Formats: sequence, structure tokens, C-alpha cells
Amino acid sequence: MAWFSNMVVLLLVAGTIWLARAASRSRYWRESARELWRRRRLALIVIGVFVVIALLDSISWVGGARDGDNLAAFQARSIIDRIFQPETFKEASYSAPLAKVAFYGGKPLTYPGAHLLGTDILGRDVVYRALKGVRVALLIGAFTSLVVIPIALLFGVSAGYFGRRIDDGVFFAMTVLASVPSLLLLIALIMALGKGTVQVCIALGVTGWVHFCRIARGETLKLREADFVQASRALGVSDAKIIFRHILPNIAHLIIITFALTFTGLVLSETILSYLGIGVEGSWGQMIDQARNELSRAPIIWWNLAGASILLFVLVLAVNTVADAMRDIADPRTRREGQ
Amino acid sequence: MAAYLVRRLVYGAFTVLGVLLLLFVLFFTVTDPDDIARKAVGDRAKAEVYVQWKKNHGYDRPLFVNSEHGVADTKRYTDTLLFEHFRRMLTFDFGRSDADGTPIAKRLREGAGPSLSLTVPLFVLGLLVGVVVSLFVAFFRETYIDRSMLVVCMLAMSIAGLLYIIGGQFLVGTLLRWFPISGFDPDPAVTARFLALPVLVGLVSGFGADVRLYRTVFIEEMNRDYVRTARAKGAGDARIMVRHVLRNALIPILTNVVLAIPFLFTGALLLESFFGIPGLGSLTVEAIQSNDFATLRTMVFLGALLFIAGQLLTDISYALADPRVRLS
Amino acid sequence: MSTPLLSVEQLTVSAPGAAERVRIIDGIGLAVSPGETLALVGESGCGKSMTALAIMRLVSPPLRIHAGSRVLFEGRDILALPATEMRTVRGAQMAMIFQEPMTSLNPVTRVGAQVQEAITLHSDVSPFAARMQVIDLFEMVGIPDPHKRIDAYPHQLSGGLKQRVMIAMAMALKPRLLIADEPTTALDATIRAQILDLIRNLTANTGTAVLLITHDFGVVNELADRVAVMYAGQIVEEGTREDLLARPKHPYAQGLLKSIPRAEQRGGRLEEIQGVVPRPGQWPEGCRFHTRCPYVFDDCVFEPPARTIVSATQAARCHLLTGKALDPA
Repeated sequence: MAWFSNMVVLLLVAGTIWLARAASRSRYWRESARELWRRRRLALIVIGVFVVIALLDSISWVGGARDGDNLAAFQARSIIDRIFQPETFKEASYSAPLAKVAFYGGKPLTYPGAHLLGTDILGRDVVYRALKGVRVALLIGAFTSLVVIPIALLFGVSAGYFGRRIDDGVFFAMTVLASVPSLLLLIALIMALGKGTVQVCIALGVTGWVHFCRIARGETLKLREADFVQASRALGVSDAKIIFRHILPNIAHLIIITFALTFTGLVLSETILSYLGIGVEGSWGQMIDQARNELSRAPIIWWNLAGASILLFVLVLAVNTVADAMRDIADPRTRREGQ
Repeated sequence: MAAYLVRRLVYGAFTVLGVLLLLFVLFFTVTDPDDIARKAVGDRAKAEVYVQWKKNHGYDRPLFVNSEHGVADTKRYTDTLLFEHFRRMLTFDFGRSDADGTPIAKRLREGAGPSLSLTVPLFVLGLLVGVVVSLFVAFFRETYIDRSMLVVCMLAMSIAGLLYIIGGQFLVGTLLRWFPISGFDPDPAVTARFLALPVLVGLVSGFGADVRLYRTVFIEEMNRDYVRTARAKGAGDARIMVRHVLRNALIPILTNVVLAIPFLFTGALLLESFFGIPGLGSLTVEAIQSNDFATLRTMVFLGALLFIAGQLLTDISYALADPRVRLS
Repeated sequence: MSTPLLSVEQLTVSAPGAAERVRIIDGIGLAVSPGETLALVGESGCGKSMTALAIMRLVSPPLRIHAGSRVLFEGRDILALPATEMRTVRGAQMAMIFQEPMTSLNPVTRVGAQVQEAITLHSDVSPFAARMQVIDLFEMVGIPDPHKRIDAYPHQLSGGLKQRVMIAMAMALKPRLLIADEPTTALDATIRAQILDLIRNLTANTGTAVLLITHDFGVVNELADRVAVMYAGQIVEEGTREDLLARPKHPYAQGLLKSIPRAEQRGGRLEEIQGVVPRPGQWPEGCRFHTRCPYVFDDCVFEPPARTIVSATQAARCHLLTGKALDPA
């Protein structure tokens, strides 16, 4: 699996560079990006850091383990794993943040004062586990959407543009999927597909598909009637060319905004799925779910819950504020002009 | 208008059939009855037990074509899982739970009461708080009150629902000890104490998104020309907000609200399960945990059915509220 | 000139910009005498409507009227009035008609009730009496079948009828000043003349002064006693109708006049002013019109021109009038 994940990282980085270059050619995108950077610098930096962590956690290879560690020797380990060395960097059980002794029993720790957010019941470092959750969150929220968006665009744009039978079919499929309450649909999909990371991602993808497809179809319907599209058609420009030259660039900003909003929706829904026992392995939702009874212990154990919740909160907040700013920038109604 | 409603009704009926087909694909082909039976009786069960279980739960028919019946016999197609699935769901004959064999209809009847006792207060209070706060915020738009409220909403929206529940239970139940942490009692006097905390947590967790949505609606209305006309007439701010803005804004808000009404019946999954309220939300959670596909199917179907009904209701109420639609 | 009914001094409105607040109108001065009609003319985007809204104190945040602005109405500075007192002025003594009759009426309330609200807000009459008054008003503004029409919703009326409803609402309490913001722009050409006649006759009967905002010199010619020309948030020229139509002094006013099609010039090329009105915040240094002015010279680029009095009734803001430049013949 290691080569696959490495390839995906490579593809994602290459794709991002290509998209950024393509977008930077247009003045609208350059100005919007600059405006976004001006308004939401901190949130963008936070997102950037999360993405870097997730990428570091996705590049992995076998080997380089310390002598005598048989388990690690044959397993592909990511850069994050190599930094933290979780096979050895652990304790027997709970320990408080930066503690020198174990939480129960008071025996001295192997790494006193080294666990910034303490350790969990199995002695695993909480910072490490929380950072591992970054990749899972981005996998759930972003990667799923990235796979789904092209499919949704294909269906949505062709439904909106060509109308008739295609539109009837796509619209009916959307109506059916949309009429099942989204959480119930997620649950039904996962129960039918079976538990597991890939299955959850597929289920999240199907629910996300409805969102993107609806936006793409609706906007294409509007754009199809727009003067510049009508003019192109009258000039005999081919449908494919119109879609790529006029329709797609004009719905791109909406797709990006929907992407951001869907992202937070998906990541937050995953916590519910984790609670229901059908979440993704290693997610923050699972950490929160496992830690939910620790609050009622006396003395209270809070760091497990805090580690996952804070990262979840920061990521969702950053994406939400960026999405908000993007909507402001894209929506001319909020731009106030004279008179 | 009437023609439009009839058209919507027909389309709604087709959507229901579409949902049933989706459910059939998911629960009879993607996960087939063999999987369900194996999960129910366990891998090591004897073959007879397994066959008997399938028979008891009505999973022993073929999917599409029953070759036991002749080609001319309609039973060849009606005595199948596909037909039975549609027939039973459409006649509300939900059968028995895959997990413990209790009739699902009975559990639905039992769960509806507790669910409604949670969701109705939550819905009414949530709407009230949302509309009042957002009206207030919209009134002070572009001031520090508005901006700080928007920040609060944004923060509130970024917290997972699960954390609200865990935090609320811990803070109010364990630390402050104001209300019991969980439980339910059918006696209304007692149950109010049990319901207070889940309602409170539900209110807080929905607050951010609601206020932001309603605020946008209100501000959009406040920027309309007719509001300027009303101000030019010399109408006061309070009068404008209530007589003009609220009345117009209620139309889009109504859309949201009416659409939410059907979900009052399906209950609140997380809240019910966490606070031990034996409603339909808890029923769904149990069904997930015990691989009770029959109950799950029923809940998904009912959810979709209610949603479609809600949409129809929305269209009707929209028409009643807006003279532009009503009189066209 | 008799004591003005309305006197605007140093009126400035600003909006939040990228770095600092951007002025949308900048130190406007105007005066309207009782019963007189003053037309405020200019291209769209120059701040005419904002001036009207500011006079009515209908500027809502984040837009703001600057301190130091004064709007004297019958001698009182209404910008200093408490909000409750301002409400007794608005609608009763000072009323306004808007450009878009389509959207200026509340879509979910019957039109009669909306006019009635204007009456009951300012006078203590019974609902029945108010309703009777509305029927009279509808008759006065030429709405056929007023008994039926008062119970109509806005979407059931045509644009012309809606504007008549707006006029009925504005004139319900016989205000001293009527502000009409492009009252005919959104209407069909055939209805324009009727609405202008209606405004002229009604205000003449009640002695109401009119501040007419328009970009249409045809409307100016028909209604105005005096004219003020606005450009980039400033008044650049003011004078009587004859002054402006016969002897405009500011190159902008001259340009506006030249760009009107005239019957005697048929076949010739219509002149236009090059360029567009600069947006607020992008106003040039010096004279704000210098980027588009055909007579631009050095001073125009560096120094804002002062208001120069041309005659007892006419004044303009242009360096050409201070005699610094060669005669622009």
C-alpha cells in the first residue's frame, strides 16, 4: 500500500501545482486569491500546516527501523511515524501531560516530561495520535470530495447543459438520494457496504455527490441561458468547448466554496459515525468516542479528549472561516459600492 | 397552483418508489440476505438454524424471479424479495426486527412518544431562540454586536455535535449537578427534569448555524427597497423589523421550518442515545449496533417518506404565505 | 432668494474601504426654496441617490454621514434630531419616491394598507377614515377603480400603477418637500410623461418643493426650476434651468448637454463624454473631472477648483472660470 499512498501524494502535489498555474493565468482568480490571503492569512496558514502534516503522514517506506524492532522492520512507516517512533515512544498506560510519573501507581515513566499531551490508556502518545488523525480527517473530507467532484461535475454539468433525458435521470437520482436524511443515508450506505475506511469514504462520497451535482446542475442551467453562452452557441462553438471555456470556469468558485463547506460537514459527520461504531480507524472521532467516559473519572482525564477535539475544532474553524471569506469575495452582493 | 401541487404529488410518489429501490439495492443486493442471516445467527451456527432464521424473517425468497412458480403465474414475480419489499414498505407492514424478533411497528409506536417529547420542545425553542437572536443581531448589523455574534456563531459551528453532548453532560450533569445525566420517565412531571439537559445541549449545538442562516435571511430582507420605503414613511425601527422584515423573512424561514417538522418523528440520534431516551433515535442506534437491517430499512424509509411529505407541506405553506404564489 | 426650505451644507457620506473609509459624496451643498423644483443631475455612480438618502437620513450602516454635515430643514438641522423626532419629519414633512416601483412596495402587504400606514403613522385617524383617505388619494393620483385596487397586492399592479401608489404614499400628508429619485427611469416611455405631469400638478397644488434626481435632461426641462450638476461626489455646477440649458459653464455640464439627441441635429454624430465616472475612492487628484475633460491643463491635475460664482444664479467649480487658462474656444 505504501507505493499507492506515495503515488497519490505525488499526484496531488502535481495536480495542485498544475491547477494553481492554470488559475494564476486568470486575473479574477489571482485577485480573488490575493484578497483571500489578505483577509484570512492565519486560517490559510493553519490549513497549510494541516495539509503538510497529512502529506508527511502519507509518504511512507519500509526499513530504517531500529535494530531489534521486528514489528517496525517490515512495515512501511510514514515520516510522522519516523519522527515519533511510536513503537518505543510509549508508556504502560495513562500519564498526564508532561508528567514524570504514571497517572495510576506513580511509577516513573520511560520518557518523563516528554509527552506534551500525556498518553492514553494503552500508553500511546496523545500528540502523535492526534497528528495521525490529521491525515484521516483530510482523507475523509478532502480526498473523498476530490474524487467525487469530477464525477459530480460530469453528471451535473451535462444534466444542466444538455437537459432532457439526461437531466431527468440525474435530477431523479439526486432527488431520491436527497430525500433520505443525510445521516440516515450515510448509515444505510455504510451498513450495506460494511464497516471500514474505504466503505466509509464511499458512503461519504455518495452523500457529497448530491451536493456538488446539485450546485453544478443549477448553475449550468443558469449559465446556459447567459448571453455569452448563447452568443457562443450562435457562433457555432462546439458544446465541449463551451463547457470547458465558459461553463466550468464560471462554476469553479461555487464548487470550491461547496468543497470547503462539504469538507467541514463530512469531518463533523465522521465523529457521529465513530460514536455509532462505524467510523474510520484512527480518526479524531474515534479518539473522542474512546475518551468520552474518561471525563467522569476522578481524577479527571481530559487530555485524550482535548487532543483530538482541539485539532478537529481548529481545522474545521479554519476551513469554515476561509469558506466564509470565499463566499464574501465571490458574491458581488456583499461587495459594497458607491451609490 | 392546484395543477402544480398535483404534479409535485406525483413526483413525490415516484421519489418514494426510487427510495425503495435504493433500499432494495443496498440491503438486498449489496448486502444480501445471506450476509444478514450470517450476522444474525453467527458464523458457527448450524445450517438448519441459518435456513430457519431466513425463513422466519422472510428472507427465503429469490430476489427477482421465483422459478418455483410457472411462467404464466404472476406469483413468479410477486413471490420474490423485490416485490415483497415494495409491498410491505408501502403498506407499512414492517415485519420483525432482525435482532430480537419484536414487531418493528410496536417499537415505532413505543419510541414515537419519547422522541417527540424531546424533539418538539427542542424544535420550538430552537426556532424561537434562533429567530429572536438573529432578528436582534440583524437589527444591529455591521456593529460590534453583530460582528462578535458572527464570531461566536462561527466558533459554535466548528464544534462537533458529539463534543457538545459530552461537554454538556460533563458540565451540567457532573460538575453542576443541575439535572440528571441521563434517563427517561413517561411521567411528564418527572421527565421534564430528564429532558432539560438534552434540550439545552441540542439548543446550544444548533444555535450557531441557525442564527447565521436566519441573520442572512433577515439582512437580505432588510436591504430590500420596500424597507427603505417604510423608513421613508417614518416608520420606526421596531415596527419595520416586525411588520415588514419579519413578515417577509418568515417566508424563507418557513421553508426551513416546515421541512424540519417530519424529522421530529425520527428523533435525534445522538441526543437520545447519549441521554438514554428510548425514542426512535435510540432505536436506530441500537439497530446499527446489533446489525438489525429490518429496523434500519424501516427507519431510512420513514425518514425519506417524511422528508418528501415535508417538501410537499413546504410548497403548500409557501403558497399560503406568499400572495405572489397564492394568487398566480 | 427667500429663506430656503432645505439647505444642505458640507454633506459627506463614506463607506468602509480596503484601508480607510471611502467618501461617496463629499461636501455637498444645496438649497431648495419652498415650492421650487431643484433637479440634481449627473451620470449614474456620481452620488445623486446617496445625497437624497442622506437628506432623508436613510443612510444605513456601514455607510455613514460624517460629522460636520448639516441638513437644515425649515431652519432645523435634522441630522442632529433624535431618531424618534426624525420619524415625525420623514413621511410627513419630507417624503420620497424611489426609482424602482417594482421593488419599493412590500410584496406581502396590500397596497392600500401600505399607503394607510403612512397616514396612521403621522396622524391620529381611525382606520376607517384612513382607508377613505387612501381611496381619495388613489383617485387623486389617477388609479382607476381605487375601491378595488387598494386591496391588491403589488405584484398585481403594473409598474406605472405602482409608481402612482408610491406617489400617493409620498403625497398622503402633503409634505413640504418631495424627493423624487429617478421616478420615471424604470417606467415605459409612454407612462413617463403622465407620471411627470402628475408630480408637477400635485406638488403645484400643495406647494410642495421637489428635489428631483435624474440623469435625463428631458425631465429637467419639463420640471426643474433650478439645476445642480453632480460629478464624483461633488456639485460641479448649479444655476437656473435657463442657465444650465443655455449657458452651461462646467465642461461636464456642457458634455452632458451635448450628449442629448436633438431634433435639429439629425444625422449628425452624437457627442459623448469620454470615459466613465471614476468610482468612489478612485477619484483623481485636483479637479475630479480632469481625466475626462477636453480642456484639461496643468492646474486641473494638481489643484481642486474652488466654487466660482458666475452670476447671481449660477456658480461652477472649474479652473477655466478663474481665468487661468486660455479661452476654450
